[in-house]
Amino acid sequence: MTTDMQSLRDELTSLLAEKLVSIHEALGETTVVIKLSGMLDVMTQLRDAKGLRFAQMIDLCGMDYSEYREGQWEGRRFAVVYHLLSHAHNRRLRVRVFAEDDDFPVIESVSGIWPNANWFEREAFDLFGIIFTGHPDLRRILTDYGFVGNPFRKDFPLSGHVEMRYDPEQQRVVYQPVTVEPRVVTPRIMREENYGSN
Amino acid sequence: MPEIKNYTMNFGPQHPAAHGVLRLVLELDGEVVVRADPHIGLLHRATEKLAEHKTYLQSLPYMDRLDYVSMLSNEHAYVLAIEKLAGIEVPLRAQYIRVMFDEITRLLNHLMWLGAHGLDIGAMTVFLYCFREREDLMDAYEAVSGARMHAAYYRPGGVYRDLPDTMPQYEASKIHNAAAIRKMNANRQGSLLDFLEDFTSRFPKHVDEYETLLTDNRIWKQRTVGIGVLSPERATALGITGPMLRGSGVEWDLRKKQPYAVYDRLDFDIPVGRNGDTYDRYLVRVEEMRQSNRIIRQCIDWLRLNPGPVITANHKYAPPARESMKQNMEELIHHFKLFTEGMHISEGEAYASVEHPKGEFGIYMVSDGANKPYRLKIRAPGFVHLSALDEMVRGHMIADVVTIIGTQDIVFGEIDR
Repeated sequence: MTTDMQSLRDELTSLLAEKLVSIHEALGETTVVIKLSGMLDVMTQLRDAKGLRFAQMIDLCGMDYSEYREGQWEGRRFAVVYHLLSHAHNRRLRVRVFAEDDDFPVIESVSGIWPNANWFEREAFDLFGIIFTGHPDLRRILTDYGFVGNPFRKDFPLSGHVEMRYDPEQQRVVYQPVTVEPRVVTPRIMREENYGSN
Repeated sequence: MPEIKNYTMNFGPQHPAAHGVLRLVLELDGEVVVRADPHIGLLHRATEKLAEHKTYLQSLPYMDRLDYVSMLSNEHAYVLAIEKLAGIEVPLRAQYIRVMFDEITRLLNHLMWLGAHGLDIGAMTVFLYCFREREDLMDAYEAVSGARMHAAYYRPGGVYRDLPDTMPQYEASKIHNAAAIRKMNANRQGSLLDFLEDFTSRFPKHVDEYETLLTDNRIWKQRTVGIGVLSPERATALGITGPMLRGSGVEWDLRKKQPYAVYDRLDFDIPVGRNGDTYDRYLVRVEEMRQSNRIIRQCIDWLRLNPGPVITANHKYAPPARESMKQNMEELIHHFKLFTEGMHISEGEAYASVEHPKGEFGIYMVSDGANKPYRLKIRAPGFVHLSALDEMVRGHMIADVVTIIGTQDIVFGEIDR
């Protein structure tokens, strides 16, 4: 496995040299961070270059780093993470692209490269409010028709803002402000490195 | 008379052939589908957001509720992700138990799929046959975890407890007299492994029964051959995985290519289709059932010979034994910390995937060192398959839409998450 990771690293650095921001190996997985400008060229190369051939995009997801390590994250807030799979070489690659504007995250759509990115990008748009330029049909996908907000952003409360109930007078379901008290059963706890290890 | 070319029709979300809460907006030209726009999210429960607010152990039962016909496979991916991030060693016996239950789960899923798919296309009897065998497998679930479906049996570091030595028995009732009960309990006299061994010896004959009903059936072939064809190149580009991809002739199975647990120690074959149509996918899944049966048999043989621990001894991640907890202060502290605060996973990110009955099911987990995941992304195979629906149904008749939904083996728990 390690020799394979080495060869993947060599392939990546030789092909994508100046477009790579960083390359990181941990737990047997390779992660690269690439620049937003020219990302489509990089992605096309990842799919087509002979030593890479990542023909399948397994997953695409949005990330919101605003509360990472209790807000100690330095760098841009939103990112999109791609998980690629190469049948030809039997290996995986994780690619991360950061959106440059924290208030209005924009990333280029890869739906022209991997067609299944279409729905994944709609999902990231729906849940994180990340805009994908060049997407053929950027609509909400998982939330309700007429939903307001981006529920997977860290500043969106778990209980949401509205709840639905049946109104006997109007004889239909209506939305009203949420009545659930926010509560934490098990608090989120961060310990120092190697806490409690003997 | 005005000339009406295209006709838009709504299909679902309340439709027995929609396999849950799928809403399809179909644009039709006569009876031919021009465009299909699936509307999903009617079962969206934000599992990933919930997991960010729960400890690692608390979110485990949510995994059962994703793809609610293949419960333990979902859990497997989840515990694999935690184990990868935390570097937990899993005892070999636990891995064999997991593989055995993964394959039982595959049978459960494929039986459900076969019955429902048959019913969609008009074959009533298969459904009844499949559910007869599902009953036995759910009894195995119940014997080991206490729940027939949502088992919550796997744990980071192993499984909750060892396999039971006795099986639950039927009791006499108004409907069944003592003699009938004795007959029903005949294969439940030994341990769970005896029960499963009996099942594996019966099951191949049952698969033959399903095949007699369908494989050479003229109506079945008319409804499935040449429907929803995916070329290998297109299936790869669309991100399709699992039996759908293998039906198109791509030999790709994570159990062989990137083996996890003990799959590299087991002997089984990967069936591959040729034409990439609904009929080939049917054949692939039926053969997968036979192979799963083989794997279960090998696991039973190994588990009989090799007793041992079924969960890691690292008490940072797994609770100590009840008895030692009551005698030993340190164990008591471990227990208390684990169930109040939960385990801490060191900072990092990991992607773990399993060959789920439907395709590649993956968990992408990001931890910032707290007792809860920072982000959990569930890669559901059904989500990707359904996104290819539009392309697969174009140019087919309305009745074939139902066939193609069936062949995709869609379950909304995982698509909507």
